[in-house]
Order: sequence, then structure tokens, then C-alpha cells
Amino acid sequence: MDKPKVATASLAGCFGCHMSLLDIDDRILKLIQLVDFDKSPVDDIKKFTDRCAVGLIEGGCANEENVKVLQDFRRHCDLLIAIGECAIMGGLPAMRNGIPVQECLAEAYQKGPTVHNPSQQIPNDPELPLILDRVYPAHEVVKIDYQLPGCPPPADTLWEALVALLNGKPLHLPYELIKYD
Amino acid sequence: MSDAITLTIDEVEVTGRKGQTILQAADDAGLYIPRLCWVKKLKPGATCRLCTVMVNNRPVAACTQPITEGMIVLHDTEPLNRYRRNLIDMMFVEGNHMCPVCEKSGNCELQALAYRFGITAPQYPYLFPRRPVDASHPDVFLDQNRCIQCGRCVRASQELDGKSVFQFFGRGAQKKLGVNAEARLADTNLNLTDEALNSCPVGALLRKRVGYAIPVGRRLYDLQPIGSEIEAKARRAANRK
Repeated sequence: MDKPKVATASLAGCFGCHMSLLDIDDRILKLIQLVDFDKSPVDDIKKFTDRCAVGLIEGGCANEENVKVLQDFRRHCDLLIAIGECAIMGGLPAMRNGIPVQECLAEAYQKGPTVHNPSQQIPNDPELPLILDRVYPAHEVVKIDYQLPGCPPPADTLWEALVALLNGKPLHLPYELIKYD
Repeated sequence: MSDAITLTIDEVEVTGRKGQTILQAADDAGLYIPRLCWVKKLKPGATCRLCTVMVNNRPVAACTQPITEGMIVLHDTEPLNRYRRNLIDMMFVEGNHMCPVCEKSGNCELQALAYRFGITAPQYPYLFPRRPVDASHPDVFLDQNRCIQCGRCVRASQELDGKSVFQFFGRGAQKKLGVNAEARLADTNLNLTDEALNSCPVGALLRKRVGYAIPVGRRLYDLQPIGSEIEAKARRAANRK
């Protein structure tokens, strides 16, 4: 039987959750005996090649590209797991929620104390993904099956969750593995 | 002990003293009833409702309800724990609780309660309100994004400091914490030595320049759930027997 496939993505995140996944250390060798990685920054596969059992989502949706990637993951993955505070509640990027986008852009590109931008232009190249009115947690965009908190979630949390899911067992995280920071 | 009162909490016989509340009697017996707005040194506020227990099929706040002889209290039940979980969830979504960037993280009672209840994420939609941060005071931050309106700072300032630095204004969803000045915390008579500063269960009221002093792994609730110190009393008592 083919190994189940796992896909991962970092949306409006910092890749810290992916670093935490690598923090499972030598268990990564056991992990690749259990699963194959499909679309993921881990193996640099850019497009889904097959249906995946599990999709790991780091980060919320701050721009239209994040939304498209997330919807693509929902279409291709049986289970979608939001990992980390950004995917669960928007995280640090969501600190701009409640502040109008125009104000954020003006602060970043025009009025900020360290900004040097003589033309006062706000980047608007069509190649750039359009920024959303606020940062959306993953579950506000697509259905999310599980949420693993942490900033990042401890490597053991990710490991325990993946192993439990792939073996069809219920997940019981001990006290020290549920953390929001 | 003529003023001894015997009651039952979750089928455990507990002996308390006359004048105690259910919460105090439970604490002495090593039974932890979750609470946020209650602290030992202050009069109870009974605003957070986390300590709600059932007496005679009616919900009462354990922090204000006096104990009576033969009282039967239900506390650790599935429906009550569901209410408590829902209350905690609501507190998380109605403010902006960015744990990763909060100095209080690891020592925060709201966060610790969520950990204790095994909450991985709130079940309600986030409101993302826009609330101000008052950094005007030279020694203290007041971050309204994290305020859960427990009223501990209001009571501590009045009861322990003999001042009235904080007060609520507005009602219902419009209720807000205000300061006793035209606009800014800097214009109040708040001092760095005020007890009110120690009273905040979350990171709404923080001293400046002392954040992140305790490393991750050694903070208050990193390894032990909130309430462990109370429950340890019951274990010690059981060991003595």
C-alpha cells in the first residue's frame, strides 16, 4: 500500500511552525517511513501531485494568494490541521485587524518614522497579491478539522498529532503540550 | 468548634467555618473551583461567573454564596465545566489576546484556565475589537485589548490602595474600563507600589521594563495547571491519613 501523503503550507506565518516540525529531530526519519510529503516547502514541491491524507496549515490569510492556497489545500487534503496561533486566530499579523488597510499601508510606506519613500508610492504591482481588509484565521476561510496551538506548537505536539492521526487513534495531548506561546 | 459547618461538594464531605463562602471552604478542603475575578485579599466581585456551582438545582457563584449546614454542592460536572469552557472561550474572542506577544504569557490566569480545560482553540468567532493601549504612565501599561473586565484592579485600588484609579463605565457590550482622570493613566495618582498593579489576572495592566524576566519553562503555569497548589492540599491531607 502506498504511504499516505502529507502536504504543508506557510501562509501569513513566519515559518516557525515548519521549523518546529523539523525540531522532531531524528524522528523525521520515522516520519518519512510513515508518510510521503507532497506539496510542501520541506521538499519544495510547488503543486499537488496527488490527494493527501493530511494538510498542515501554518499562518492565517492576509492576502488573496493565501486564500487561494488554503482553498487548494482544502480541495486536496482529507484532513486539514491549523497549526500555530496565526492559523488559529491570525496571530501577530492579526494585530492589524481593526485598523483600516489604508492606515496600515500609509504607516508602512508613507508615514512611519523610519520610512524613506520620496515618491510616497504604495506598492501596487499587479504581480503582488492583493492584501485583504483584515487577517482571517484559517477556519474562517475553509473548514478546518483540527487546531494545534502554540507559537510554534512544540515539536512533540506535532509529532504526537501526526502519529495519532496516521494510526487512526484519538489524540490526547498532555498539559505541557497545549501552549499558546 | 461550634461554628463548624458540614457540607457536601461533589459527594465529598467538607467541613467549613461559619461565614465562609463555598469557594473558601472548597479551597481549604483542597478542591479547586475555577475563578478569575476572585482573589483572596479582595471582596468578591462575582462578575466572571467561572466559579458557578449548583446548589439546590440553582446556579450560584461559589465566591459569594455562604455555606450552610447540610448544603449539597455540585461543582465538577459535565454541564458546569461546559459553561466554564464557554465563558473562557468568550473572553478570548471578545478581546485581542495575542498570547505570543504578551508579557503575561505563562503567568496569565485566563490562559492558564484555558490550558487547564484543554482548550486548543475557542469555538466562537473572533470579534477583533479595536481598543486603545494607554502607555502614558512612566511605569505602567494599560492595554485594553487584554482586559476581561474582572474588576480586580478596580477593587484593589479602592480596597487596598485607598484610591480609585480604575472604574467601569458603560453597560453591557459597551462596558469599558476607565481611569480616574481626563483621559490618561499618567494623569491618575497610580504609583508603582500600588496593589492594583498586582491584581490583573491577564496582561492588561503591566509594569514596564520587567517583561519576559522569567524564562519559558519556569513560569507559573508552564508545567503545573492553575489550581494545583490548592489541590495539593487534598493530596497532602490524604497522605497524612
